[in-house]
Amino acid sequence: MKALILVGGYGTRLRPLTLSRPKPLVEFANKPMLLHQIEALVEAGTTHVVLAVSYHADALESEMAQEAQRLGITITFSHETEPLGTAGPLALARDVLQQDEDDQEPFFVLNSDVICDFPFQAMLDFHRNHGKEGTIVVTRVDEPSKYGVVIYHPESGQIDKFVEKPQEFVSNKINAGLYMFSPKMLSRIQLRPTSIEKEVFPVMASEGQLHCMELDGFWMDVGQPKDYLTGMCMYLKSIKDKHPQQLQTGPHIVGNVLIDPSAKIGTHCRIGPNVIIGPNVVIEDGVCMKRTTLMKGSRIQSHTWLDSCIVGWRCQVGRWVRMENVSVLGEDVIVKDELYVNGGKVLPHKSIGVSVMEPQIIM
Amino acid sequence: MSPSACPGLKAVILIAGPMKGTRFRPLSLDVPKPLFPVAGLPLIQHHIEALSQVDQMREILILGFYPNHEMNDFVQDMNHQYKAVTVKYLQEYTALGTAGGIYHFRDRIMSGNPEAFFVLNGDICADFPLHEMIAFHQASALPDVMTTILATEATKPQSLNYGCVVEDKHTHQMLHYVEKPNSYISSQINCGVYVFSPEIFQVLADKYQQRQRRSETPDTEEPESMWIERDILSHMVTIGRGQVFSTTNWWSQIKTAGSVIYANRHYLKLFAQSHPERLYRATDTQTIGNVFVHPSASIHPTAVMGPNVSIGPNVIIGKGTRISESIILADTSIGDHSLIKHAVLGMSTRVGHWTRIEGTPNDPNPNKAFAKMDNLPLFSQEGKLNPSVTVIGCNVVVPSEVIVLNSIVLPHKQIRHSFKNEIIL
Repeated sequence: MKALILVGGYGTRLRPLTLSRPKPLVEFANKPMLLHQIEALVEAGTTHVVLAVSYHADALESEMAQEAQRLGITITFSHETEPLGTAGPLALARDVLQQDEDDQEPFFVLNSDVICDFPFQAMLDFHRNHGKEGTIVVTRVDEPSKYGVVIYHPESGQIDKFVEKPQEFVSNKINAGLYMFSPKMLSRIQLRPTSIEKEVFPVMASEGQLHCMELDGFWMDVGQPKDYLTGMCMYLKSIKDKHPQQLQTGPHIVGNVLIDPSAKIGTHCRIGPNVIIGPNVVIEDGVCMKRTTLMKGSRIQSHTWLDSCIVGWRCQVGRWVRMENVSVLGEDVIVKDELYVNGGKVLPHKSIGVSVMEPQIIM
Repeated sequence: MSPSACPGLKAVILIAGPMKGTRFRPLSLDVPKPLFPVAGLPLIQHHIEALSQVDQMREILILGFYPNHEMNDFVQDMNHQYKAVTVKYLQEYTALGTAGGIYHFRDRIMSGNPEAFFVLNGDICADFPLHEMIAFHQASALPDVMTTILATEATKPQSLNYGCVVEDKHTHQMLHYVEKPNSYISSQINCGVYVFSPEIFQVLADKYQQRQRRSETPDTEEPESMWIERDILSHMVTIGRGQVFSTTNWWSQIKTAGSVIYANRHYLKLFAQSHPERLYRATDTQTIGNVFVHPSASIHPTAVMGPNVSIGPNVIIGKGTRISESIILADTSIGDHSLIKHAVLGMSTRVGHWTRIEGTPNDPNPNKAFAKMDNLPLFSQEGKLNPSVTVIGCNVVVPSEVIVLNSIVLPHKQIRHSFKNEIIL
């Protein structure tokens, strides 16, 4: 079985982290974001993953080659020479997705920034069961007016229509960015910039060829820092429910906390709730942190307080620092002692010596 | 001649009263401003200490209209600590102005016939050059000098906020005096420290009579009220009996609550030279620069203090807490891993763990010679609170993990979340 992941462009929304690594390789819960998807796909029987990207990144290609070997699958790249939107890449990768006229095996298509309990096996079963060209996964949101909502038949799941940013309540289910298609659907798409959501799905729905299934559990598009942190909390809760033994316990741990075994934690700390600590991180004595991800190799010095932060690779945060309000440190950033960082986005290799009082980008 | 037979010197410290110094709120809501501790000592104790070291100083009279009971303990304590002088508090029945109070208590000041007397404003801080001033007064080239005024250099724009003095550069005779002029007169400013000869009372008596006759007093003022700045100094210019003593020593006014942080730093620096034993030298605690810790305070060995910190009686500082450029008043406790910077914490305040209390210093412009502190108004022209030292009133509870930044918290308040650039009533 095959899958296409819409990786897209530079991941500018997740800067400054994506200035150092291609977005698919930025870790979420100590694992590159893309691997969460690929591993779940492999588990559901996928043997060939196509990454649709609009740029060349050697780091991404070599790392994916290694992962392909480890997982025993094929990973290929489909490079767009011009941005093709969310549908165009399917046309570009058509030869892989449908190997010949008789190939009727359905394939997955995924938006790359989505984190959830991937229901790939259920999608496959559901898709085979209704027998139409497409299946999309929908998820429930609290404020549907910010999204395009999906209106569908509650029993069959057949989609009636899509409503962009509804003014009045019509549905609270939105497209979750996870699809399964039969190869027949590829004939609908030409090799030009096309939006799958706006140009392809409405037509398929009107022809009764599109069904949807509802997602169980959490869902988040983690393509920007604020949502990354929200998604982290959801992910940790899901681990708590399913694999509680993976979470850290101990006298200085509060709530759901995931710590790489190679990390070192000092005394008199309070870690959590909702903290993820990467490999080789060092946390000195008397540190308090919540709702924060620390990437590989960072050091947090004594008496520092962190809330809602993403600390990039090999950063050093000084003593008595207070960082909060979705502060993001790029790779190898140094924050001097006693500073206050309020919503600062700090570019890589920067050393900051004065407080950041209001949310801003530190070049 | 035995010391007691010598006429000797006296001094008057002018402290005004509770309805003055409102810019010092909320600190003055709990402690009378003259008794606010700076570098561990009540503000005017620094005056008293400097005065007590002047040869032939006999008696120091504190003049103001605070109720007696607010000053009694302090006065008793001063008499206990400085045995060479007598310290008394004289309560004015009402605000009489800087000179009116002196005239009202003329008999008390002149009893024992002092040769001369100092007058010091209470709301200043300085490395007071009192020996030099009295020597200058006594050996004056000016015949029958009646007033020596201490002056210091300010920047041109800042001089407009002070009394401006012009002197003859050779004889040091005071040639001109204007209080807060509208346009630039001189960058020499009045420090609020004077030496007067006893003849000054004749001048005051004449002024007093004049005022009674002309009934020129505005309705809002007591008929008895007179001002050194308005009624004496320009008259000294007219009769040619005033002289100017200039100093380059550290000097500043204390008007706003924020200025105590600046004063604290400088008084601690003076202690490092004059009384190094007063500074904190714990072997088990890390301190940076000059720190004063009251002996009854308890500081965890992992806390890091300094520079320029004063910790009052019975204060408790927890594990790994960091304090710099701050004053912590009596009976306050601070939890673990917290940070206090450019802040004043009132009495009996409780601060949690991982709490951050931070202000913005309003120090004099370091790039300008003779710059003084700018006593900024609370609010900018846009109506926003000007960033300044954070001041927490007495008996306030600041919970764990919040930040209080550039804010003023009035007494007896339970804070529940973070505050930035706010006044919390």
